Amino acid sequence: MSFWQISLKLLEGFGQNCFIFIVTLLASLPLGLVIAFGSMSKFKPLCWLTRAFVWVIRGTPLMLQLFVVFYVPGLVFGMPFQSRMSAALVAFIINYAAYFSEIYRGGINSIPKGQYEAGQVLGMTKSQIFFKVILFQVIKRIIPPIGNEIITLVKDTSLARAIAVPEILMMSYEFAAEGLIWPLFYTGAFFLIFSGGLTLLLGYVEKKLNYYRG
Amino acid sequence: MSVLKVENIHKSFDKTQVLKGIDFSLQKGEVLAIIGASGSGKTTLLRCLNFLETPQKGKIIVNDKVLFDADDKKLQSDEQIRKNRLHFGLVFQSFNLFPQYNVLKNIMLAEELLAKEQIKAVGEYNGCTDFKEAQEKIEQKAKDLLNKVGLSEKMDFYPYQLSGGQQQRVAIARALALNPHVLCFDEPTSALDPELTGEVLKVIKGLKSSDSTMVIVTHEIEFARDVADKVIFMADGVIVEEGTPQQVIENPQNERTQAFLSRFNQKF
Repeated sequence: MSFWQISLKLLEGFGQNCFIFIVTLLASLPLGLVIAFGSMSKFKPLCWLTRAFVWVIRGTPLMLQLFVVFYVPGLVFGMPFQSRMSAALVAFIINYAAYFSEIYRGGINSIPKGQYEAGQVLGMTKSQIFFKVILFQVIKRIIPPIGNEIITLVKDTSLARAIAVPEILMMSYEFAAEGLIWPLFYTGAFFLIFSGGLTLLLGYVEKKLNYYRG
Repeated sequence: MSVLKVENIHKSFDKTQVLKGIDFSLQKGEVLAIIGASGSGKTTLLRCLNFLETPQKGKIIVNDKVLFDADDKKLQSDEQIRKNRLHFGLVFQSFNLFPQYNVLKNIMLAEELLAKEQIKAVGEYNGCTDFKEAQEKIEQKAKDLLNKVGLSEKMDFYPYQLSGGQQQRVAIARALALNPHVLCFDEPTSALDPELTGEVLKVIKGLKSSDSTMVIVTHEIEFARDVADKVIFMADGVIVEEGTPQQVIENPQNERTQAFLSRFNQKF
């Protein structure tokens, strides 16, 4: 097989990685905010429950979570996943939402109390204060840690191989099994280019938000 | 008729009693200065007036309407408290401007949100049925207020680009935007460098008129004497002495007031 044929084959696999990446981000970024609200709730049982959930998700390997999500519904409830991809997506979304929730929580807690009080004395409602005053400041503060997670996610997508989603590393292994080893190392270039682009994008966003300080 | 009447306010945090029964009233256009040592409860009293703290006992009455009564839980719903707050404005010690908005937007934001809400709920705000129209009026008012605090040319600046004194003047304009009945100041110059306090005090003094009622918690005794119609000296959560500046500051009768003021005079 020529270099181009192998490149195309690997690119096909990388399409799976990109798909996991995008769907996971789109779902886990908002879901993380919901979990963050849960873990900051004044209603103690909800607070404990979400914190325990976050502890379990952050305290176990993502690969194990992939296995659990993929196998448990079939083994225990007799309802296996229709596709390996959807099982992978569920596991990734839950895992990343848990991490994002902690970043949100930290960001929200870092906003000075005076910002809330300034909104309150001006007669704003709780939701107006959150969405018009607080949220934007939180976003600015959490862009660097969120960026970190996003870059990690790019690489974590290859873990989907554990439940045989045909992503790029799995593709390259097929070549390796036939005695062709270099495509395995070549996959690194795909990740590097993708995360390089993301780094530039995140840097641009950070710069855009630098129009104010505080 | 008094604009503001405060009756028997008690507030404690856990076991610490901070306010032990505060009573006073203010006529329209009066300026009240509250002085006293740190920890005497001045700021807590101001926060109670703005419903940032909920007193355990007492009443707050504005224009003969009971806004707060510790015994009446119906007056303590989120919605009610939010409405109550519109009667009061508060200027914080640490300004608390919104850093992501420019000066003009800082002043306009709250009223814009209110206008949007009112137009949606009852079809009009301040005679405008259209949000764009209301917004124009709000913007004009914000510009007038900025002019009043002498910062017209800083309209497009962000808070971080302003000095502390300028930030505080914007905060004053912001607090005035919703035409509160009573404007409160919580040590408005305590966070400022000494050379910047003058401009802020000048603006506050300039606000004094027949229809703006103000409550000022301050450590600037000279300023209190100069601008206030009425002075309250607080210590340990009670009002120790109250009267005109001549009575309280120049001829204090109570020992504690005398001790407090003499410490001030010995400052240099």
